[in-house]
Amino acid sequence: MNRDLHEIWVYLAASPLLGLTVTLIAYQAGYWLYRKSGHNPLVNPVLIAVVALVALLKLTDVDYLTYFEGAQFVHFLLGPATVALAIPLFQQLRQLRESMLAILVSVVAGSLMAAGSAVGIAWVLGASRETLLSLAPKSVTTPIAMGIAEKIGGLPSLTAVLVILTGMTGAMFTTYMLNLLGITDWRARGLAIGVASHGIGTARAILVHPLAGAFAGLAMGLNGIATALLLPLLATWFGS
Amino acid sequence: MLGAITWLLACQLAGEVITMTTGLPLPGPVVGMALLFAGLLIRQRIQAGGGRPDIPEDLERTATGLLSHLSLLFVPAGVGVMLYLPLIAEEWLPISVSLVASTLLTIAFTALVMSWLVRKKGDDDGGEAGGPDGI
Repeated sequence: MNRDLHEIWVYLAASPLLGLTVTLIAYQAGYWLYRKSGHNPLVNPVLIAVVALVALLKLTDVDYLTYFEGAQFVHFLLGPATVALAIPLFQQLRQLRESMLAILVSVVAGSLMAAGSAVGIAWVLGASRETLLSLAPKSVTTPIAMGIAEKIGGLPSLTAVLVILTGMTGAMFTTYMLNLLGITDWRARGLAIGVASHGIGTARAILVHPLAGAFAGLAMGLNGIATALLLPLLATWFGS
Repeated sequence: MLGAITWLLACQLAGEVITMTTGLPLPGPVVGMALLFAGLLIRQRIQAGGGRPDIPEDLERTATGLLSHLSLLFVPAGVGVMLYLPLIAEEWLPISVSLVASTLLTIAFTALVMSWLVRKKGDDDGGEAGGPDGI
């Protein structure tokens, strides 16, 4: 009996089916908790799913690459989903046209604040040079952030992790920060979460308000472009 | 739905090809998003409908469906954090303080600049308050 179970386990652990299924289950469990909490931003479904899956993989001694064999099917959809962000953007075409200049100025300001404050704070606290350079693009969507990190001398893989952590931080705390400041304009709220916490923030904005979702998606894209252009310049100016 | 998925993938593919051939420092899907947006603009021009933005129904439905589960798509990459826990543990204090503080500062700063700029322009079209359920 035990032997049979072991054989089933060996078979399943090697097939993509298991990684894919547990990803969907973990996320839906996280989402269920999020709904049960009355949509409390601190009960973030991505964070719950990630913690549950990391714990599961550690307990069953399955490595990340084996897990990713299955999870890659979900991961792959990030590409077409990013393209699909053009739709909410187009739906808000009028709003977009009206405030294009304000959007551009705010995104550039946010981009500089994101990189500058991250590097500044970590530097004061004594982070190594490599960590500083890996932190700089943390608010930008993963593929752009990794490219920037590589260019300025950070560790792209460390950056990828910092980007995800930044996204979850933003998705969890934005509501409180913006309510504290008394910002009620959905365009400003969406733009802020998109600039600070890219796709994970945008995913949350889409769930909350269509106007905020569109502005978040736009902010994510524009911030990626702005940071990719500005950060390598700044890095060379400030030198080693 | 099949048509819409094909359009999304085709835009992404075109975006990947463009970034690879031009050396643009952008990921393919972001260029794909710009291409799709431009395509919708051109389509609107040709139809000369004006007024409300007009999106093919099939594309709108598929995109909305895909985006309503956008959070899920970040989970596999998020689990990758487990590979770098030791690296982060080495400098956990500067990393965690800087991550949280910088994210909050960026949110506050961007939102303040944006709301100041739109208020200065005098248009008040951003909708009503974000309550506790707001983002």
